[in-house]
Amino acid sequence: MEQGIWNLNTLWFALIAVLWIGYFFLEGFDFGVGILLPFVGKDDTDRRVMINSIGPVWDGNEVWLLVAGGATFAAFPEWYATLFSGFYLPLFLILVALIVRAVALEYRSKDARPEWRNAWDWVIFVGSFLPALLWGVGFANIVRGVPIDAAHEYAGGFWNLLNPYALVAGLASLTLFTLHGALFLSLKTKGEVEERSRGLAVNLAWGALVLMLAFLVWTYVEHATGEVVPGIVPILVLAMLATVPWLARQKFVGWAFIFTGLTIVLTVVNMFTALYPNVMPSSTDPSYSLTVFNASASDLTLKVMTIVAIIFTPIVLVYQGWTYWVFKKRIGREDITADAH
Amino acid sequence: MGAVTLARWQFGITTVYHFFFVPVTIGMAFLVAILETAYVRTKKPVYLRMTKFWGKLFLINFVLGVVTGIVQEFQFGMNWSDYSRFVGDIFGAPLAIEGLLAFFMESTFLGLWIFGWNKLSPRLHAATMWMVSIGTSVSALWILLANSWMQNPVGYEINAEAGRAELTSFFSVLGNKVLWVEFPHVIFSSLATGAALILGVAAWHLLRKNEHEFFLKSSKFAAVALLVGSLGVAFTGHVQGQVMVETQPMKMAAAEALWDNEQPAGFSLFAIGDTQNSRNSFNITVPRALSLLAYNNLTSEVKGINDVQAEETAQFGPGDYVPNVFIAYWSFRLMIGLGFLMIAIAAWALWKRRSLESRWFLKLALWGIAIPFLANSLGWIFTEMGRQPWAVYGVLKTANSSSPTVGSGLVLTSMIGFTLLYGVLAVVEVYLMAKYAKAGPDDAATSSMAY
Repeated sequence: MEQGIWNLNTLWFALIAVLWIGYFFLEGFDFGVGILLPFVGKDDTDRRVMINSIGPVWDGNEVWLLVAGGATFAAFPEWYATLFSGFYLPLFLILVALIVRAVALEYRSKDARPEWRNAWDWVIFVGSFLPALLWGVGFANIVRGVPIDAAHEYAGGFWNLLNPYALVAGLASLTLFTLHGALFLSLKTKGEVEERSRGLAVNLAWGALVLMLAFLVWTYVEHATGEVVPGIVPILVLAMLATVPWLARQKFVGWAFIFTGLTIVLTVVNMFTALYPNVMPSSTDPSYSLTVFNASASDLTLKVMTIVAIIFTPIVLVYQGWTYWVFKKRIGREDITADAH
Repeated sequence: MGAVTLARWQFGITTVYHFFFVPVTIGMAFLVAILETAYVRTKKPVYLRMTKFWGKLFLINFVLGVVTGIVQEFQFGMNWSDYSRFVGDIFGAPLAIEGLLAFFMESTFLGLWIFGWNKLSPRLHAATMWMVSIGTSVSALWILLANSWMQNPVGYEINAEAGRAELTSFFSVLGNKVLWVEFPHVIFSSLATGAALILGVAAWHLLRKNEHEFFLKSSKFAAVALLVGSLGVAFTGHVQGQVMVETQPMKMAAAEALWDNEQPAGFSLFAIGDTQNSRNSFNITVPRALSLLAYNNLTSEVKGINDVQAEETAQFGPGDYVPNVFIAYWSFRLMIGLGFLMIAIAAWALWKRRSLESRWFLKLALWGIAIPFLANSLGWIFTEMGRQPWAVYGVLKTANSSSPTVGSGLVLTSMIGFTLLYGVLAVVEVYLMAKYAKAGPDDAATSSMAY
């Protein structure tokens, strides 16, 4: 398969990486806020401060996942079919989590009874915790390779997916997203929520650093199946993450958030380059692996998709960016109590 | 039950449930946008109160449409991987484009609408709801483009070597004639659904003489929308029937329980079928009415089930090409009956003097909330089950579409999981809808929409 990288297949592989980057960067902090909700939010007002900090944007952030899924279906139908049917149970769990989390965010404050709100708070926690963990587990398994047979069908079970390498990756993604959320909160809130989040961020950053180190070393020692030389990327990931504890302690929270964000970006870049040209390496036999060439849609479909993406992606970026600008102000307890309910 | 049957049940349950919320979203986004525009234009406080009150009900519904939609996108790969492999080259693109063009628009501008009351100018704020409304319609367009390709596959060829269908013309797919009757049909039915909900809630308050002026205004507004929606549904449904008889003659024959060719053909009102012997043991028909429905004349021949079965056997090889006639016949009939009932309710509300003061009519309008939901579900059950045994008409059978690696145990697990979860969420949703509907506009006007 010496087809080089200058083709639409590779472009769409890169675009799908970009979509996952957008998803993990944006919904990463949404997950973090949800995970921290019961711990950083000491009372109802605190918790409302926290969820209102992601209120206007979480739904738009989640669309990145839908477009990533749709783009995979359109550009690499074989990849979509093998991955989604193979990872059936984890995806079912992620779906349940995303459903209950979104409903909880929307319904929590629509009833004032404390037991109602408490119940939904824990739903938000579980609904954020589970995907933050499972996305790491899932992606690590893709990188590691799973049993795929000659017909491109997944031949493993659920327990195949729960191996030590994937669990380390899951804990890494969980910790990294929680850290990302803590820094987001210390950027977007005021008062005690801001203080507590920043304090937690320092500790979370150390945890994330250790777990990411383990994940990256393990990846290159055992599981890099692609042809691309990783170069400086994994080192950059760790170097950037290593600055975060200090930046958070010194109250350079904006920089800390950017560096955590870049850690997420480069980790996805790193995973995709470790894969290329595979999209799902087979652990049964490398010749059964799904690649950007044997799993892709026809050239015409890729062309149509490319034209649509070129026209509409900039428009989306502009209005989604505008939303963040409109809601750029920090939220404090006084903003919540100013509301009648 | 086998894995395919279970996967079909799961798809049916999750799709019908998803489509409880979708038409409310499409219909109410449009209606709330009109109300807010009326406020921006006239500055009358009543329109602002209407925007906020109906807008809150819209929001409670919206989130469930969103989250159940994620399941839909994932389900093709999870449960129907052979389908995804075979048709993904054509079917995947509309799903991706829907996400990029519509989902981003809906969700981003809805966030701005919910949280932007004090941050955007009134005009800009109203504009965000228009963007939401456009987003919901664009979403419907792309997903129906995918669905109409399953009804009437065009713009593709079978690549035998790759073992799949491949796109040959994107514009043929875009110009699918089924799409351009299915899309307006769904948009009008969504308008009717949103309108029936507003009319019913307003009727509840009118029965109790709460906020008379507010709810009288709301109910008249809703009645106009219901009339437009239900008439539009009837008209586009009629055109759709004409496309269906051409593209899917078997579906039309099954819808009529018309076993043998008839010229001219009568429209059946009530039939008792004898599917064993491929005939009806009892049938009341309106003479020539089916010819009129299908071809706009009183003389044309309409093909019967037995004849299409013979044709398709010749074309596709031996097999049973007859869908479940009982379900096709009754879902089609009930859908149409309920549609006419909606037209009648809307017309009565608008033209009968003092209709909005009569208790029986207000009670009917309240219970009438259920009508479009039933009709929508029956319409989809008809559309999808009437196409069986095909997943993609003439191209791929449902029996060859499921995921070979996903056994019945797994499907049963997820099916029970989704069903229980959806059941609980339905209870919570109805509780909140009823709570906010009953609380009336004062509460909605003063309380924030934020979390």
